[in-house]
Amino acid sequence: MCGIVGLFLKNDDLQPQLGAMLTGMLITMTDRGPDSAGIAIYDRPRGGVKITVQSERPEDDFDGLEGALEKTTVRDIDMRLADTHAVITVDPGDRAAALAALEARGLRIMGVGEAMEIYKETGLPRDVAARFHLRDMAGTHGIGHTRMATESAVTTLGAHPFSTADDQCLVHNGSLSNHNRMRRRLARKGVLTKTENDTEVGAAYISSRIAEGASLGDALEGTLKDLDGFFTFVTGTRTGFGVVRDPIACKPAVMAETRDYVAFGSEYRAFADLPGIGGAKVWEPEPATVYFWER
Amino acid sequence: MPILDMSQTDLREVNRSLQTAAQSRANDSYVIENPRGSHAVAVGLDGPLEVTVKGSTGYYCAGMNKEARIHVEGSAGPGVAENMMSGEVTIDGDASQYAGATGRGGLLNIRGNASSRCGISMKGIDIVVHGNIGHMSAFMAQKGNLVVLGDAGDALGDSLYEARLFVRGSVKSLGADCVEKEMRAEHLGFLSEILARTGANAKPDEFRRYGSARRLYNFNIDHADEY
Repeated sequence: MCGIVGLFLKNDDLQPQLGAMLTGMLITMTDRGPDSAGIAIYDRPRGGVKITVQSERPEDDFDGLEGALEKTTVRDIDMRLADTHAVITVDPGDRAAALAALEARGLRIMGVGEAMEIYKETGLPRDVAARFHLRDMAGTHGIGHTRMATESAVTTLGAHPFSTADDQCLVHNGSLSNHNRMRRRLARKGVLTKTENDTEVGAAYISSRIAEGASLGDALEGTLKDLDGFFTFVTGTRTGFGVVRDPIACKPAVMAETRDYVAFGSEYRAFADLPGIGGAKVWEPEPATVYFWER
Repeated sequence: MPILDMSQTDLREVNRSLQTAAQSRANDSYVIENPRGSHAVAVGLDGPLEVTVKGSTGYYCAGMNKEARIHVEGSAGPGVAENMMSGEVTIDGDASQYAGATGRGGLLNIRGNASSRCGISMKGIDIVVHGNIGHMSAFMAQKGNLVVLGDAGDALGDSLYEARLFVRGSVKSLGADCVEKEMRAEHLGFLSEILARTGANAKPDEFRRYGSARRLYNFNIDHADEY
């Protein structure tokens, strides 16, 4: 079991409340996934490249990091701390240098992008949300995940979302059975994964298809053919989010749409506090069918 | 009419109140407010009771129902009215996976769509779905009737026993050993009665009937090589 939530805002006036809405949804999914939680939150690109990093020892690793990084970059950087995570915004021209410097310092890269920030940790969703002040975050769309681990250990890196390309991320309810073979197939193409986790392979598969020129819709369609196992996937991109379920579709999924938003939940419970949910169109996404919403 | 507000009363207390009322056989009517997609709402009722749920429910609403009439004024999550013995469960919206699974009797009336595995292993329940049903519906269904006003997904009635399936719309595919069968007067009579009872806007002669070809009942020795 795992819990997934997603929210895509159609009404810009709700953007300041995105974090609060998503946090509420995430916490209702605690009993589907009490061991870890994570969220990918997207906001309008503001010119810089945002690198979200994580450290086991933030007080040591983040101390003096900004100054050290600026020795490797041409332009000034901006750094925001949030518990074990830091979001470092660099000029696009400094991206490679900054990433190399961060990796050399042993920091874990959670995600990179112009729009996306990723926060994930082990622990109860309520506690994870509080550590990162998820409620206060604004944005255009976001996806969240509560994890009950099956395929790999309960660690920060095993938590979802997984990001394997700029502004792309994936969360998953289910388990893939051909992930080892797919991991080797992707590695032969030079697409490397960082963990033993099955979902990361799903994310890398989608990213590699998009890198090869496929549209998001085609890449999601490809998961039905190339990935074996149970999955309800929700994937985030710079402009929106997509949903696809395997053909057997035993992992639950429900969607709600109003004039103001499109919401995804593993269960209807996740929607109970959303504004106007009483009048929303609520439906279950069909198996083996790709859905996506873009701005 | 007693009101149980789930924003103030916990699930076990709600179910205990309903179960006690059902067993007292006083034919009471209860209203449940703020279900907020909770699991296992109004389960295990054993006696005549009217329950109106003002909103949507999560997993396993109205499970193991006997005699009670439960009306959900919203959508229902997976496993609604699972293993119902008798009584009536009405869902105004959609029902998720395996609605009415293993049901032995009573009526499940779904005014919206039902998703995959509707009526799986049903054993005597009547299920009416005013919209569409998903794949693998009525898998291994043994007894009872599944009436669908809309379309059916893949593998309808796979490995079917003696349940009767009536579909007005298209059937994406039939499962193993499920075949179309002749619609006889008794079937039209049954449809006419159940459509009227569930307020369904359809005519009996618009439906097609599907049932078991009974080829899987006994092992065919010619298939021995396939194992």
